[in-house]
Amino acid sequence: MELLANLQLGFGVALAGTNILYCFIGVLLGTLIGVLPGIGPVATIAMLLPATFVLPPVSALIMLAGIYYGASYGGSTTAILVNLPGEVSSVVTCLDGYQMARQGHAGKALAIAAIGSFFAGSVATLLVAAFAPPLAELALKFGPADYFSLMVLGLIAAVVLAHGSLIKAVAMIVLGLLVGLIGTDVNSGVARYNFGLPELIDGVGIGPIAMGVFGFGEIIRNLEHGQKRDVFVKRVTGLMPTMEDMRLTAFPILRGTILGSALGILPGGGPVLGSFSAYTLEKKLAKDPSRFGKGAIEGVASPESANNAAAQTSFIPLLTLGIPSNPVMALMIGAMIIHGIQPGPQIMTAKPDLFWGMIASMWVGNLLLVVLNLPLIGMWVKLLTLEYRFLYPAILLFCCIGVYSINNAWMDVLLAAGFGVIGYTFGKLNCEAAPLLLGFVLGPMMEENLRRALLLSRGDPLVFVTRPISATLLVLSVLLLAIVLAPAVRKKREEAFVEEE
Amino acid sequence: MKHLIKNPQDFWAGVMFLVIGLVFAGVAVTYKIGTAARMGPGYFPMVLGGILALLGLAIVVSAMREKNAGPAVDKFHWGPLFWVLMPVVVFGILLKILGMIVMGLFVVIVSSIASHEFRWRPVLLLAIGLVIFCSLAFVAGLKLPIPLCPSFSVFEQIAACRV
Repeated sequence: MELLANLQLGFGVALAGTNILYCFIGVLLGTLIGVLPGIGPVATIAMLLPATFVLPPVSALIMLAGIYYGASYGGSTTAILVNLPGEVSSVVTCLDGYQMARQGHAGKALAIAAIGSFFAGSVATLLVAAFAPPLAELALKFGPADYFSLMVLGLIAAVVLAHGSLIKAVAMIVLGLLVGLIGTDVNSGVARYNFGLPELIDGVGIGPIAMGVFGFGEIIRNLEHGQKRDVFVKRVTGLMPTMEDMRLTAFPILRGTILGSALGILPGGGPVLGSFSAYTLEKKLAKDPSRFGKGAIEGVASPESANNAAAQTSFIPLLTLGIPSNPVMALMIGAMIIHGIQPGPQIMTAKPDLFWGMIASMWVGNLLLVVLNLPLIGMWVKLLTLEYRFLYPAILLFCCIGVYSINNAWMDVLLAAGFGVIGYTFGKLNCEAAPLLLGFVLGPMMEENLRRALLLSRGDPLVFVTRPISATLLVLSVLLLAIVLAPAVRKKREEAFVEEE
Repeated sequence: MKHLIKNPQDFWAGVMFLVIGLVFAGVAVTYKIGTAARMGPGYFPMVLGGILALLGLAIVVSAMREKNAGPAVDKFHWGPLFWVLMPVVVFGILLKILGMIVMGLFVVIVSSIASHEFRWRPVLLLAIGLVIFCSLAFVAGLKLPIPLCPSFSVFEQIAACRV
């Protein structure tokens, strides 16, 4: 019953007066951001990173995690009420959620989304608690070659599950890896690619990149075309679902939870893939698939459960391997490093209070979300009517202050502006930016492990295939690539993502 | 030339990757490369830069094939780009000298010009409200070391360095 003891430790940390307060602030801010259009969780977390500097690391990470799942939750509110996904992961919720709202069942849709998310969050928290320790122990046995191969697998999986062109996504990863190498090389002390600028000797921070590409780039895109938002529902009533609704949604919620939990662990997939596959599955299983897209309650319940479960389980690779599975997790790694915590399998043993505190706080956060959201729904509806022309100058100012405060460096603000241009250009060229951020975080780690592996093997590259762990991981990578490149799957994948858009 | 490019988005993305890859690889060669067993600072970036250039080339070639035809590159909207990022750059450069009160008003007011419906009254109110909020929340509350008021000591420091 080590698990129980560990969870007890975790809840002790998570429920401590200040931590529960920061968890609350986190989910509140996250929901707020999720409801508002035009700013995603990546830019929000980057923006609020400096605000956590005064906090102890545990509270800071609890708050940042709260922002993340709060945002994925708030996104569904917008999806149901305005037919605009606040976050990408709630794209499919629009399909049936908005239809339910049009038929006067907005309250029911919101309540089911909340209940499903809470159930999924609770299950996923338990899964994290159960699977993280053995995985972390396994990871402690990893040598540099194994780590390198693991990162290769992670990056390939991230590309495979991303949408759009495969080869462009790979190129974006490589570009990210290269940008990650800017700054002083730890082994030789040589400053690389700083173009003579002393401000770049420490490299480019994750803050300016995240803020520029995901924050500024997004604002400019939104301003291109005047946004029109049609709030269909002025007041939400009838929150309580009936017994019949509960009966209808019990299995979809369960299926969504399982699917989401499994997909969340995979790099790159996370909530987006989880919610999308859950919707497809429900449609396939339904007796009458034609109801979908016309307000089927299962079409809200299952994807919402899946995206929340996936948001939770995507912490597993982060906490056990120190490898991010999506851009938000990449930022969490950045946050850990800023707070002086080296991400990796040693966190669990070296900082058990942080490890278990974060896990327990996920459950607390989910509970807070339910308690918070159903009564506050009126306030969120009001926020939805806020006009974008007042919103984006505020976001812009917060971003400026945030990016400056990370290092008190004016250069970071300029860099963020530069990455804004770059991010905007990526959008025009139809290049997905998420793989770039993953590559950026993994760049230095990959180089370090490659160096160590080859140093130990005296330059023999065969070390990557002779070590069993490394070989297995590489075989998996090749298999994954082969499957995606197979003509049949390739066609399916294209179809799948077309339907998503 | 133009009729050869069947997928302009991919084509230009490929060109971008190709150029960036070559630049990274080219600069990497000026660092010590070393051997696989003892990698110098140039080894990994050189390999990666080469891979990026090759990927870029492959994307360029595939963009010229009929079956990969795709949409044209959407027009760049220089207006919003300028009005959103210019105040950010000015904020970065002048924050230490002019302080957050002045720069905050500047960012909010100037960036509002990018909107299709700019009106002075609400924008001014928004700017003042946001600056008050930021001063209270970030500087007073979170104690972030951001100067609030204009300070000319920076000039004095620069002058001191010169002397």
